[in-house]
Amino acid sequence: MTLIAILAVPLLAALLCWVRPLRSVTWGITVGSTCAVFALTLNVSSEVISSRRAIGIAGWLEADGLSALVLVLVSFVLALACIFSGGYMRHGEHNQGRLPWFYSSYNLLAFALLAVPSLAEPNMVWVAVELVTLFSVLLVGFDNTASALEAAWKFAVLTIMGAPIALLGFFTLFWTYRSATGGSWETWEGIRTAASSMDPNLLKLSFLLVFVGFGAKSGLAPMHTWLPDAHSQAPTPVCAVLSGVKTTVPLYVILRFLSIVLVSPAARIGNWMVVLGLLSVGLAAFLLLQVRDYKRMFAYSTVEHMGVILTAAGLATGTSDFGAVSQMLNHAITKSLCFYVAGVILLAVSTREIQSVRGLLRTSPFAGSMLLLCSLAIAGAPPFPIFLSEFSILSAGMRAGQYAVVAILAILIVIAFVAIMQHVNGMVFGRPAVTHLTEALPLSCRFAVLVAAAPVVLLGVYIPAPVHDLLQLAAQQLGGH
Amino acid sequence: MPTSVPDALNTLCAGLILISAFAMVATRQVQGVVRFFVIQSLLLAASSFLLGYSRGSVHLWALGAITIGAKVLAIPWVLRRLLPGDFYERREISQAVNIPASLLLALLLTVASEFLTGPLVMATHDPVVRVNLPIGLAGILIGAYSLIARREAIPQLIGILAMENGAFFAGVAIASELPIIAELAVAVDVILIAVVVGLLTRNIGQTLGTTEAAALSELKEDSPA
Repeated sequence: MTLIAILAVPLLAALLCWVRPLRSVTWGITVGSTCAVFALTLNVSSEVISSRRAIGIAGWLEADGLSALVLVLVSFVLALACIFSGGYMRHGEHNQGRLPWFYSSYNLLAFALLAVPSLAEPNMVWVAVELVTLFSVLLVGFDNTASALEAAWKFAVLTIMGAPIALLGFFTLFWTYRSATGGSWETWEGIRTAASSMDPNLLKLSFLLVFVGFGAKSGLAPMHTWLPDAHSQAPTPVCAVLSGVKTTVPLYVILRFLSIVLVSPAARIGNWMVVLGLLSVGLAAFLLLQVRDYKRMFAYSTVEHMGVILTAAGLATGTSDFGAVSQMLNHAITKSLCFYVAGVILLAVSTREIQSVRGLLRTSPFAGSMLLLCSLAIAGAPPFPIFLSEFSILSAGMRAGQYAVVAILAILIVIAFVAIMQHVNGMVFGRPAVTHLTEALPLSCRFAVLVAAAPVVLLGVYIPAPVHDLLQLAAQQLGGH
Repeated sequence: MPTSVPDALNTLCAGLILISAFAMVATRQVQGVVRFFVIQSLLLAASSFLLGYSRGSVHLWALGAITIGAKVLAIPWVLRRLLPGDFYERREISQAVNIPASLLLALLLTVASEFLTGPLVMATHDPVVRVNLPIGLAGILIGAYSLIARREAIPQLIGILAMENGAFFAGVAIASELPIIAELAVAVDVILIAVVVGLLTRNIGQTLGTTEAAALSELKEDSPA
């Protein structure tokens, strides 16, 4: 029942945004719906922790550990980004008359993002992933400026192009499943139990097609080129959603496929995933060194972290899987915080150039200190949660005897760390060129930043038991040995 | 092995689908690209009706009807409604690669997909899979190529939709018992792609005064901010 409500609430809210008398309170409607959905996903995950599985409609809407984790992440980021956009969208060059359009698209995106992890039938998951792409295209191009439209176009072409390729992958999976079991209704759970009797070559083919198709959507190199554009041109709250969870959701589908392929040990897919993951991390680390725009900086760091998660999943041991899912959690909460802070800075100084932001700590102590905090957290400094999950991935690699992988990964992470901190150092300290603080920061923005910062600080020093249980259940779904 | 009449007709459809993919690569007029896309979708529907008849599968009949509804009727209508008439009369003056070279590349992609699917085709005894899988993959690859080589927004969109046709042409052979609800959802999704990309194209046309994708090259790492 809860799973049905999770999908129904955003759809209802999207409709309400168009009702004429309610047009002035679209923000309130969306905050209400996303917060309600967050509460519902917490409910689902507690059900999953106690009984391993939550069922909305059997065979249609089901949640296990991995999907419950993604659901909680998605709804958390959606709720905070919505609160943030209340103050943010009222400032700057955004067209006030089009706000109902913005919030109804936002609700539709929320619906699609929540549908991906809760659907149990793979072909429907493909449809949901496509809907995610389409609604995010609408939001990226929302500002209607030349550069926003360019970013939206690049984003649309590169990510929709992957869709038919992935579709062929899903068809191949269905073909394999049907010839192995004879059933015509597949679910993730059913496929995994039947995977050992399925043709490994066809499974490998279907995984590769899906990887090519959806890899572009989650920003994995070398299909990442749309990501920095889209994530720098979209309105900042949308960036938080895109970078924090929109990239995680297709990766979730890839991980589902990976867990199916890994059942048959003959396919040496794991090693390939490690190589491709390291490629993303490496490319992002070097691009981070020469970046000029702080929103693009955080966008490239997303490419880096997607690579880390893929590498960890490719190592395919029990501990590296735990590292992969905790990295997923930590990246989503930290990266969305980074974009809220970037939005606050953009409101304060109205430029996106790293060079022209100097001495933020003196001109705006709030933005400056938060920037320092979130950059340390995203770059992976102790005691923040990303440090813990990256450390556990590295130690899992050591235990699996993959010393070369661990060494390369560690070096690349350090390069990315240095690159981010070098840019941020100048922005936070340095000598302020002008004290051009125009107006006070909106209250809703400050509130969103503080609430988003709380779990980033907390999870580094203390992981509550339910979170740990959920991560453990999610890691089991990845199927490492 | 003697082939049945519907299977032979399906092979004919496969050949015509491939030819229409080549025609889309060779056409300069936006209107012509859309027309060839409609023809290709009709052929896809014909192929799924034929297979639905020979295998006695209701799913394939439904898929054929859905294809006609979505790709032959809805998408051209949506594009007509969204975009002013002069979008259709345009000719592409500049293409990244000229047409004879493009056709040669498309031919190479077709040969490549024959080789790529070779090991899989050998493993199955179904004659329909042997025809549809390589042709479907060729359709996807040629669509992807025209997406890269084209400069106008609408032919790029049609390139994406032609890729979808390729995926479905392989799909009717390998996933013929796919739940109808999934097929319907995919069709709705394809129409939505046309709507969203069409809207985006209209906004680009209004803001920039051109729909040449080449005009969209502001955002680069080395551009002075």
